[in-house]
Amino acid sequence: MREIATEDITSAVKDAVIKANYELGEDVIEAFTAGLKEEESPVGREILERLIENARLAAEERIPICQDTGVAVLFVELGQSVSVVGGDFNQALEEGVRQGYEAGFLRKSVCDPFTRKNTGDNTPIIIHLDLVPGDGLKIWVVPKGGGSENMSRLFMLPPSAGWEGIKQRVVQTVEEAGPNPCPPTIVGVGIGGNFERSAILAKKSLLRPLGVPNSDPDLAQKEQELLAEINKTGVGPQGLGGRITSLAVHILMMPCHIASLPLAVNIQCHASRHLEIVL
Amino acid sequence: MDEIYHLETPFNAQDIEPLRAGDRVTLSGVLYTARDAAHRRLLELVEQGAALPIPVEGQVIYYVGPSPAPPGRVIGAAGPTTSYRMDPYAPKLLEMGLKGMIGKGKRSQEVVEAMVRYKAVYMAAIGGAGALMAQAVKAVRVVAYEDLGPEAIRELKVERLPVVVVNDTQGNDLYIQGQKAYKRASA
Repeated sequence: MREIATEDITSAVKDAVIKANYELGEDVIEAFTAGLKEEESPVGREILERLIENARLAAEERIPICQDTGVAVLFVELGQSVSVVGGDFNQALEEGVRQGYEAGFLRKSVCDPFTRKNTGDNTPIIIHLDLVPGDGLKIWVVPKGGGSENMSRLFMLPPSAGWEGIKQRVVQTVEEAGPNPCPPTIVGVGIGGNFERSAILAKKSLLRPLGVPNSDPDLAQKEQELLAEINKTGVGPQGLGGRITSLAVHILMMPCHIASLPLAVNIQCHASRHLEIVL
Repeated sequence: MDEIYHLETPFNAQDIEPLRAGDRVTLSGVLYTARDAAHRRLLELVEQGAALPIPVEGQVIYYVGPSPAPPGRVIGAAGPTTSYRMDPYAPKLLEMGLKGMIGKGKRSQEVVEAMVRYKAVYMAAIGGAGALMAQAVKAVRVVAYEDLGPEAIRELKVERLPVVVVNDTQGNDLYIQGQKAYKRASA
């Protein structure tokens, strides 16, 4: 049994939320650069250049890429041979977020749904915990902004809708969202499972670095097909018209009920912050 | 995009009449920040006939909730938030003389029509480029609703904040025009 102390977990999460919000991943910056070559709109190209400059500025000057430093979403894989010692595991994660948002001058964006009173420390957080074999602890820190989350959708399709129906709903979701979720976006698609699982799959698909193809060749081909359709809509960077509406489509899929075809579309803005830490 | 203008706030009718969807503008002067929660409070005061904590006539509101200022800076990241959430409140403020709004994303038909009726413009800043937008902010002062934290109303002094006109006084909409120019038929 390997022991991991809660204080080490808190400290790692604290550092990760700050780093994730200040430093845009190289994969995203490379996708902007690739987009520059394909973008036909002069305004679209200028926006992509500004986004590259914004990422450089944020990293150099140690300020957030975007003022919406999001709700902290944590995907956690906890080895079943790990013993967490020194306190409550969930509280250790939450404390890391609390400390990181304070120390990193990150915006606290969590409030009561009715009174809209800010909780003041960006908690509670959203934890997706999987127990896995082994004695490791892996945490993906994903600060998710409100603008792109608001444009995400879930559809319980009839099985007859099939791939064509899925395609139509995904493209429709992106096109209706237009400029609102800060394109160029990354489109996370969760297919199958059930109502809640499809949404988690859609979000989890966003953890895959840009440029890495889907490990399933059929899904990899479907991702390309969807991206091509999305980039015909003309929405473009910031919705001002252009070719690069989305940088990538990511799909995660699992079997579902014989009566159902759940589909979740989780839109991720271009400030795609995801950082993996291993303890 | 067409013309490039440099404008000082507050605006008068002559400043914004020539602006057209697609024009680029650099803004200098005072902007007031407000998001949904601040708008709700402002409109409650209007309904009560009470005085507002900020001037409205000729002014420009920037829809932003900045991240906290680290030591040595006046503001953290300060890019625009999605504007449609302010749509229920905007027509009343436009009627009261508000001349400009800065945000990102589409506005409702009611807001677009109110901009035509009361002669005002809606401008977009680059969403998600919060570090870059903050460079134009030179001074910040909280003027109302400090309890709202990031959603408090702040007075920002900006120099050459880059924006683009989305909706003008003629009812044009850059989001519609821009997408139409690049839309391709589906396979």
